[in-house]
Amino acid sequence: MRDWMKMAGIRSSEITDETVFRQRRHLIQAAAAAGITGAIASEAHAKSNPLGMPVKKSDYTVDGELTSEETATTYNNFYELGTDKGDPVKNAKFLKTEPWSVTIDGECDAPGTYTLEDILKPHDIEERVYRLRCVEAWSMVIPWNGFALGDLLKRFKPNSNAKYVAFETVSDQKLPGMRSRVLDWPYREGLRIDEAMHPLAFMAIGMYGNVIPNQNGAPMRLVVPWKYGFKSIKSIVRISFTDELPATSWNMSAPHEYGFFSNVNPEVSHPRWSQAKERKLTGSAGGLSALFASKTETFYLNGYADEVGSLYADMDLKKFF
Amino acid sequence: MGSSARWTWVSWLKIVVFLLLCAPAVAMVVAVVSGRAGPNPIEFLTHETGEMGLRMLMLGLMLTPMRWWFKSTVPIRFRRMIGLFAFFYVIMHFAIYTVLDQQLDIASITEDLFKRTYIIAGFVSLVLLVPLAITSTKAMMRRLGKRWLSLHKLVYVASIAAVLHYIWLAKGDQIEPLVYAAILAVLLGMRLWRKFRRG
Repeated sequence: MRDWMKMAGIRSSEITDETVFRQRRHLIQAAAAAGITGAIASEAHAKSNPLGMPVKKSDYTVDGELTSEETATTYNNFYELGTDKGDPVKNAKFLKTEPWSVTIDGECDAPGTYTLEDILKPHDIEERVYRLRCVEAWSMVIPWNGFALGDLLKRFKPNSNAKYVAFETVSDQKLPGMRSRVLDWPYREGLRIDEAMHPLAFMAIGMYGNVIPNQNGAPMRLVVPWKYGFKSIKSIVRISFTDELPATSWNMSAPHEYGFFSNVNPEVSHPRWSQAKERKLTGSAGGLSALFASKTETFYLNGYADEVGSLYADMDLKKFF
Repeated sequence: MGSSARWTWVSWLKIVVFLLLCAPAVAMVVAVVSGRAGPNPIEFLTHETGEMGLRMLMLGLMLTPMRWWFKSTVPIRFRRMIGLFAFFYVIMHFAIYTVLDQQLDIASITEDLFKRTYIIAGFVSLVLLVPLAITSTKAMMRRLGKRWLSLHKLVYVASIAAVLHYIWLAKGDQIEPLVYAAILAVLLGMRLWRKFRRG
């Protein structure tokens, strides 16, 4: 077991502060109203697992078949480890995740470089089953282990100028995919602060109850289930609070194809393909049946409109795609 | 030159080349059935057949320069087979897109066909290859006479459209489409150069 996992296994004895408590309540209500879940919300369902820490089942889950762990960990977009879907798992060994630290800077009162242990220590780990919709029109259903992004961000005390949060992927290691100029390294992503603080935004350190594999963004990655997958940046080494819209990698590469928001939206086509449908990669890997797996309808905000729709209430989403 | 009725080393070579060019199709089927193609076999087959179609087009365009180089018409005797392999892989590519990927969703295919330049380019390439495949027989060659050669110059346009299709669909600044563009530029450039030099 990794040291930092042990560290993270020490659960905070602090009582949940009232705001967080209220938010959780609100979430539970919202979730119940949205009919998202069958799980009982507040009961911590601790189980022993290879993550080396208790994982609480959360009320975030979705109906339908899970993607197999094999599929979710062998079919990846992680261009630092190669552009083919099978490259990241093959090249995973090149990514060194120990030691790991995350630099926090910008518009906040507690900037600094924090070790991963320090980052993880206070957080209880929960499991959330989220839909993942790739901009390439395929999708998965994945059980992530982690904690709410907002709970992490609040610890750094963002100030009133913090209108956005920018993230960066590790780039000081010579990863095989970085020899290509396919993107302008480091990989960058960003969220508006209200998006980042939304309880649905998640920071994952595990999946399927296991430590997150390198090809999936070890040791810590974002999961923003209502946006296209490339927004969920992997292997994070920097988090910056900014007052200006941060530059994001795919937007820099092809601004007319990939917007800053990149919310899942069946109404707004990618210039080169329709986003109205998606191929669910939830069956077993291989075999002839996968050839005839039907495409299913894509939902606005990936089916999370009840939770996050209000974030975009007054926006022209064809313009701010 | 040797008539096709005679069983020569070229005939043997034709069998070998035929089997070699079938092999990728067999490998694709094996990869899908065994699961080695990964969890998204439709994407796998789309990419593989498309890539093979392009390779066959490039290979076909190499035969005439080879004829100049070796001062032999033997390469030309492989033109029909390689051209038909190009057509085969392109048709498979199209069938996988329409049947497996789009699941014959006519509205969606039509939208692609009218709105997306890389689909238009790919479709143009396919459509241009159809008359070439139909007129690839000896009988058609005889019937068309000189016009056969002019008609089959369409393969240049089909190849350009195929490379554009690849360039326009690739995500990010990927290198492979540009490699094909460079190869095609050399192959067509050689023809232009020769024509220009001869006046």
